[in-house]
Amino acid sequence: MGSSMSKGEIVAGCIAPHPPHLVYAENPPQNEPKSEGGWEQLRWGYERLRESLADVEYDAIVLLSPHWQTYVGTHFLGLPHFKNLSVDPVFPNLFRYNYDLEIDVDLSRQIHDRASEAGLAVKMMENPDFRVDYGTITTGHMFNPVWDKPLVVISSNRSRHYYSVEVMQEMMIELGRVTREAILASGKKVVVIASNSLSHRHFTTESAIPEDMSKEHITSHAMHLWDMRMIDYFRSGQAQRILDEMPEFTEQAIAESDGGGLSWLLSTLDVPSYPAILHGYGTIIGTGNAIVEWPARNYKEASE
Amino acid sequence: MSDGELIGSYIVPVHPHTVLVPEQNEGWGRLRDAFEDAAQRIKDSEADLLIIYSTTWPSIIGHQIISDPNPEWVMVDNDFHDLGSIPYSFNIDENFAHAWNEANQKRGLKSRTIAYHGFPIDVGSVVALKLLNPDNAIPAVIVSSNVYSNRAETTVLAKACMDVVKSTGRKAIAIAAMSLSNRMFTKPIEPKDDRIHSLKDDEWNHKILEFLSEGRLEDVGQLSRTIHQQIRVNKVVTFKPMWWLSGMNQNRNDLTGEVLAYEALHGAGGAVVHLDPAPSGTGDKEYDEDDVEYFSGERNVLDAEQSATEELVSNDSDTGDKIEQNGPALWEPTESEDSVNSAAAPKPVGAYPHARRVGDLLYLSGVGPRQPGTNAIPGGPIHDESGTTLDYDIKAQTQAVIDNITRILEEAGGSIDDVLDVTTFLVDMDRDFQGYNEVWAETLGQVGPTRTTLAIRALPTPIAVEMKVIAKAR
Repeated sequence: MGSSMSKGEIVAGCIAPHPPHLVYAENPPQNEPKSEGGWEQLRWGYERLRESLADVEYDAIVLLSPHWQTYVGTHFLGLPHFKNLSVDPVFPNLFRYNYDLEIDVDLSRQIHDRASEAGLAVKMMENPDFRVDYGTITTGHMFNPVWDKPLVVISSNRSRHYYSVEVMQEMMIELGRVTREAILASGKKVVVIASNSLSHRHFTTESAIPEDMSKEHITSHAMHLWDMRMIDYFRSGQAQRILDEMPEFTEQAIAESDGGGLSWLLSTLDVPSYPAILHGYGTIIGTGNAIVEWPARNYKEASE
Repeated sequence: MSDGELIGSYIVPVHPHTVLVPEQNEGWGRLRDAFEDAAQRIKDSEADLLIIYSTTWPSIIGHQIISDPNPEWVMVDNDFHDLGSIPYSFNIDENFAHAWNEANQKRGLKSRTIAYHGFPIDVGSVVALKLLNPDNAIPAVIVSSNVYSNRAETTVLAKACMDVVKSTGRKAIAIAAMSLSNRMFTKPIEPKDDRIHSLKDDEWNHKILEFLSEGRLEDVGQLSRTIHQQIRVNKVVTFKPMWWLSGMNQNRNDLTGEVLAYEALHGAGGAVVHLDPAPSGTGDKEYDEDDVEYFSGERNVLDAEQSATEELVSNDSDTGDKIEQNGPALWEPTESEDSVNSAAAPKPVGAYPHARRVGDLLYLSGVGPRQPGTNAIPGGPIHDESGTTLDYDIKAQTQAVIDNITRILEEAGGSIDDVLDVTTFLVDMDRDFQGYNEVWAETLGQVGPTRTTLAIRALPTPIAVEMKVIAKAR
């Protein structure tokens, strides 16, 4: 673990989407359903992301999950250990995963406290019976299948639904700012992850074999165009433009950025102007998913 | 036909305060008292089934129905986890769940049952069953709220449910687990400070409850979209449970309504409402929305290209006239004194009824696999518009034929078990006999009618199989 005497560092920021289909396709022993594979483009993308970080030392993963949806502020997992069975309420046929994960409670509380001081509504989740959402588990598994790093898990405050994309983004930018401050003050090296898809219009039917890739495609051309536009911005270091266009993207692509993860991530990375690495793109039941890495460790001067 | 019926409906709030901490706020306590009042009423009614439509269980792939006979776990709310945990162990009617699922599919809905160990029963369903059925004496069934469903789909969901209630002779209670206004305070509050989030929300809630207290359920259903715009935070699921509940009550406006409690739950509007089917004597039925029997909406998004026959579909006509289209024309079924016609069966391609009753027998017109509403052909058409041969699945077509026969027989008050004699027409005996025969063996083969199978050159639409049926009349 990093020393609190040294300055903390964000070594990378990632978009790491969470459709449970990816874990289902991987057939890990923790997941009960078994598959014949599928969604390889994205799974290979996750492989490339893991390889990119294989030699990078870090102490913790800070993850914002769109599927822990909270309406009364932003919540943080606040106990050191969670072990349970996660069954996806939407795709229970694909995802029934026995998880066992560690939480960096100190770092969670540091972010929580700074957010509270900044005027954001926050709460620590300290109920031992709480079941961690499948989005966190999916991204956690795909990013780090050996689960050897503690997590900080942040809920998705659905302020976009209560107010607007603009208000959501204002709050998430503030949350990102204090997340960054807390990480730098912690002395720890951290990977920050937004666990969201891009365009998010689902198919409303499922093929007889869920992993039948002959049935997989983006739901519409418009969704594809929006996804490619965002990916261009990722790859060309135009994070500010992403934030500027977030309202249109979120509305028109029914994007999962509505959960605030992408805005929070870019703010936590201090709105990077350096290019991100696209490790993979693919669709899952029609939704657009990109696996993206901002290698902040290589741009310390630019980012700190 | 047995005499199953809906003997009552309830609207109940979803948040866990009423289970975990009713003593912390007088309003929460009054809601808890109202739950207990409703539980006693349900017990006194001798209901034998509770049907829950929960807005806190969103689904994407159609509707999902819990069929695990005994789901057990511990529920912790995403927001209100600090209030405590709710262990649950429920008594689910798995047979009803499976029957409802099948009824959904017969009416064109995407639907599936869920029976996985550890499946997370949603907070709305947990609160409802904990408080309305505390000793698990009455078996229950729970259905999800589909994110993408419109009124037509939600109405058909209710009709399919009532098909099973009636056919199984149940005395059922329908329960919508939902908030009225659903805007909560976005920050933690002290329990004593709880109130409806805004005066505007409170006024709308009172208007909704005024309608419901007068038994005007369908009026609330028709206002659902407006209510959603006015007082609903745009969460995943909108104000659609009123569509389902109204569908369960034949879209009536003259129920006997009673509001047992209305209070704030962290700013949201929570109400316990009882709707008795006894006519109140007030309120005219003004049902001016499409009364849909069979769902034929946009459910085919996995296939990028429309099938040849789907392109032939034209809209329904209320005139009974021939529907103009590019291809075999669709007709309204011919009506006569002895005819039997079903909205759940595909439209004829000529002037004839689906079936005709003569004495103790029912004679069906030739039945193909076309789907009612969409005209789509399960398993695919045998050729496209230009006549180019296409690959198709004879098993899927055969099953669809038998499903259509079942719908017509059920319209006549019977079932597939009444089939006496079948003449089957195949356009390619060499290719298709084996697959057709396999499906037959699993379905009509179990019933045991006499059968003749003929090879013919063509059928009027691009299908591979058609059956001519004689059945017992009921």
